[in-house]
Amino acid sequence: MKATGIGASVRRKEDRRFLLGKGRYTDDIDVAGLTHAVFLRSPHAHAVIKSINSSAARAAPGVIAVFTGDDLAADGIGPLICGVTVTSDDGEPHRAPAHPALAQGKVNYVGDHVAVVIAETVEQARDAAELIEVDYDVLPAVTSTASAADAGQQQIHEVAPNNVCFNWPFGDKAAVEEVFASAHKVSRLDLVNNRMVTNPMEPRAALGEFNSGTDEITLHLTTQNPHVHRLVLSAFNQLAPEHKLRVVGPDVGGGFGAKIFVYAEELVVGWACRKVNRPVKWTADRTEAFLADAHGRDHVSTAEMAMDENGKFLALRVHTKANLGAYLSTFGTMVPSYLYAFLLAGQYATPLIYSEVKAVFTNTAPVDASRGAGRPEATYLLERLVDVCAQDMKLDPAEIRRRNFIPVDAFPYQTPVVQCYDSGDYNAALDLALELADYAGFSARAEEAKARGKRRGIGISSYVEACGIAPSAAVGQLGGGVGLWESAQVRFNPTGNVQVFTGTHSHGQGHETTFAQLVCDQLGVPIENIEVIHGDTARTQFGMGTYGSRSLAVGGVAIARACDKLIAKGKKIAAHALEADEGDIEFADGSFSVAGTDKAMSIAEVAFNAYVPHSYPEGVEPGFDENAFFDPINFSFPAGTHICEVEVDPDTGVVEIVKYSAVDDFGRLINPMIVEGQVHGGIAHGVGQAMLEVCRYEDDGQLLTASFMDYAMPRADNLPSFDVGYAPTHPPDNPLGVKGCGEAGAIGAPPAVINAIVNALNVKHLDMPATPENVWRAAQAAQA
Amino acid sequence: MYEFNYQKVESVSAAVAALKNADDGKFLAGGQTMLPTMKHRLASPSDVIDLSGIAELKGIKASADTVTIGAMTTHAEVAASPEVQKAIPALAGLAGNIGDPAVRNRGTLGGSIANNDPAADYPAAVIALGATVKTDRREIAGDDFFTGMFETALEEDEIIVSVSFPVPRAAAYMKFENPASRYAIVGVFVAETSDGIRIGVTGATPCAHRGLRLEAALAGKLDSAALDSVELPVDKMNSDIHASAEYRAHLVKVMAKRAVDACN
Ligand SMILES: Cc1cc2nc3c(=O)[nH]c(=O)nc-3n(C[C@H](O)[C@H](O)[C@H](O)COP(=O)(O)OP(=O)(O)OC[C@H]3O[C@@H](n4cnc5c(N)ncnc54)[C@H](O)[C@@H]3O)c2cc1C
Repeated sequence: MKATGIGASVRRKEDRRFLLGKGRYTDDIDVAGLTHAVFLRSPHAHAVIKSINSSAARAAPGVIAVFTGDDLAADGIGPLICGVTVTSDDGEPHRAPAHPALAQGKVNYVGDHVAVVIAETVEQARDAAELIEVDYDVLPAVTSTASAADAGQQQIHEVAPNNVCFNWPFGDKAAVEEVFASAHKVSRLDLVNNRMVTNPMEPRAALGEFNSGTDEITLHLTTQNPHVHRLVLSAFNQLAPEHKLRVVGPDVGGGFGAKIFVYAEELVVGWACRKVNRPVKWTADRTEAFLADAHGRDHVSTAEMAMDENGKFLALRVHTKANLGAYLSTFGTMVPSYLYAFLLAGQYATPLIYSEVKAVFTNTAPVDASRGAGRPEATYLLERLVDVCAQDMKLDPAEIRRRNFIPVDAFPYQTPVVQCYDSGDYNAALDLALELADYAGFSARAEEAKARGKRRGIGISSYVEACGIAPSAAVGQLGGGVGLWESAQVRFNPTGNVQVFTGTHSHGQGHETTFAQLVCDQLGVPIENIEVIHGDTARTQFGMGTYGSRSLAVGGVAIARACDKLIAKGKKIAAHALEADEGDIEFADGSFSVAGTDKAMSIAEVAFNAYVPHSYPEGVEPGFDENAFFDPINFSFPAGTHICEVEVDPDTGVVEIVKYSAVDDFGRLINPMIVEGQVHGGIAHGVGQAMLEVCRYEDDGQLLTASFMDYAMPRADNLPSFDVGYAPTHPPDNPLGVKGCGEAGAIGAPPAVINAIVNALNVKHLDMPATPENVWRAAQAAQA
Repeated sequence: MYEFNYQKVESVSAAVAALKNADDGKFLAGGQTMLPTMKHRLASPSDVIDLSGIAELKGIKASADTVTIGAMTTHAEVAASPEVQKAIPALAGLAGNIGDPAVRNRGTLGGSIANNDPAADYPAAVIALGATVKTDRREIAGDDFFTGMFETALEEDEIIVSVSFPVPRAAAYMKFENPASRYAIVGVFVAETSDGIRIGVTGATPCAHRGLRLEAALAGKLDSAALDSVELPVDKMNSDIHASAEYRAHLVKVMAKRAVDACN
């Protein structure tokens, strides 16, 4: 292993600029003539707009313009789109209400966009926004996921009767019913997957600049996928033709999914900068982030498992109601459907699975992908249900899992729910996790805690997820509007250093280091001579961006393929220079050599020859600069077992996580330190969902948890020091042997934590988040 | 934030005069409550009168039986003060657990009690220790200072100068934190004073109060078992998304017992 190659814990190259405060985020960018946008947002969850009077606002000091939905419509801008079609059980596509970037006659959630004020300063824009008079006719609001589709509910969108977006059954219902009818035992669980606000540290922002000389718009955005933003804004929102629109995602302070989507503010800022012919900037404050970022999760489900007398799973049946919010966000329909139901097999060889997902509209912020997106919901449901099965069958939770695991020799394994798992050794991960967690010693620790008046519990979660999103053909078959390949360009400069252009985007993941390690390893170039460039449609070739733990598994392979091409070309150039046969040239450690001789030249020398081709092989193009596009043939399937041990104070309901052990199969690790960081962050996210975070709306649609004073994020003192281990397998479908690691913790952790608390309290179930009061009540009820 | 006039003064009398002359003036201490409120446009004072330049509002003085803390002393200064740590360690501990380091380095004792947030920590200590609040014009007993939710006995233009805390024989503060804001969902301060055992309760009700039922049950003895049978009025308790009234009533008892145990 090279000190800076694959497998080395190289310190992150990007951290120097972040630690020195030299990061450059969208809001940091200042340009001459800058103006500021402030959005007037709806104070009502559901209302008809009878009139908007903005004359006083227009006349206010510093105001340049006030725009409403009519102005956008007059220019033919928008509406916002949803990029994935789900076919409902009536054979029709999902119901898609119009999603104007600025309201047209109606608002559908608190925070919905009513008008925008452009002024010389932010404060002037705010002052003016307060002067806009809007006459609302307030309607009753719908906020409950469980009852949104019930008879007699207030209707939100005309195109969506009963507030249903789609009803999507999947699997052989009759066959599953038959198995349930004759099963030895059926375990059943009702559960809620709590709604979350994703809350990346940097709030969303947009800066639009229009050049009237070139007719070009440049948009700096907090985006995880600049090219996708450009494509959608151009092809579907009519902002500008693609070649006249540049989207830059500079340093981005975390995304976790919330910055994938094309938001109203981004489109409006892009359009307004041309309209007022001045640069326009908008930065969300934290309240706006709570109100108008896409939220995550929000399912209400019933899960049932049919078993034989040995606790073998025979069939799984799932009914889920999923809240999509007031409008469809960019990928809102995909999350509770394909990213959810296709993961319901988990690590188990359950032969039959039937699921039915009813997606509903409510008067709440749109819901879309958030770290894990659909997979945490599937995993939480399944891993909670498995523990209920264990309880019902009086089996140890580890034992019932073992009895049902897909065996190691069954891979590649075709699940009954579309996905074909690439590789896995679920017993190996479980064994190692049990060892790390000292599972065998648990009962002694529980006794000791009992003597102190505390209750200990231990919980297992064995998850599988689908990463490396995704084979384009599969995406197309499912109704997705894009291909999910990835691109790379690897460019040698004449002096021998290297620029790597990737279509992915780094917003905390450490790509600038991991990708440099890949290139360092493959081409033998010192890591300090490699620069990774991403996030600017004017600098990088088209690429699909970063989400679904795809950057390395898809984008990394594209980089390796481009490097392969450089090596192939380099052999021709070296053969000419070394006066040898191309077939005799070997490449290793950055050097081209003639087999069996000491004749060699470095890759930097080859690059120089390619740019100064004075003596050069015939028919070979000058230049040393190759690109590659990689379309995976399958998803990748990271998996693992997480074990959480908690101690509950029954007097207060306070839960302390005393030990957390995570064993994951991510395939090959490029930078173990970065991977471990992703695991830690993911677990923190999952613990947050399990114990702290919940987004709550009042019945009238007011957001109750609209600040960090009321919405609890996990902090360092909520978490123990994690024990992390790996049980890697080799995924044959991935040329680099990698699987993806960004979401695993957020997927594995929630059921591990809740299973532990349920175990400590000796109850059947407890909904997330397990706040002290919820735990205290459960403890009281269990005692009574 | 709306526009306002900023004034910095160097004496208590100048501050009072500035407030009297303003349309709708406000004193500014650490700004940890006031500035966020202004930023959210929930408050719009015409004048902000900054007290940070007034020397007589700062500092900590300890005698054998009293610790006097200037109104503009920050939470961090109280937490780190050797005098406070020695005389009333429970008070230093309370201050050291308010908010986060940024809040503790700006927020002040005077600002905290003048604001009288129902979930603030200091009010429990002021009540339990039988402290005296000294203002520019009078002395107010701790028991009389907190009059309602975000309300105090202070007049519009009255400035807190300092707070004197009698040194107790023993004292302990137990705080059950709101997982989001880390303010007190419930906080109970128990002190064994020359006046007997006194208990201050914050977070539980709209305004910090004296735990008379708890005090009565203890009957002068620091024995937590005596609290088991106390019935607290659930209907008087706060109820919000973080804790129901019933849970708060329960927590008051648990925190009181733990504070009593910690006094021993
Ligand atoms: C993130 C965060 C977490 C916090 N956590 C906690 C916590 O856990 N526990 C807790 O108790 N508090 C907490 N606080 C509040 C903090 O303690 C504040 O410092 C305090 O409430 C106000 O003090 P200040 O000095 O900042 O006052 P300011 O905000 O400047 O003023 C508050 C009010 O008091 C008035 N005032 C200030 N000084 C005087 C004076 N000398 N005489 C008369 N009136 C005066 C002002 O006019 C204003 O109305 C938190 C605050 C934040 C922002």
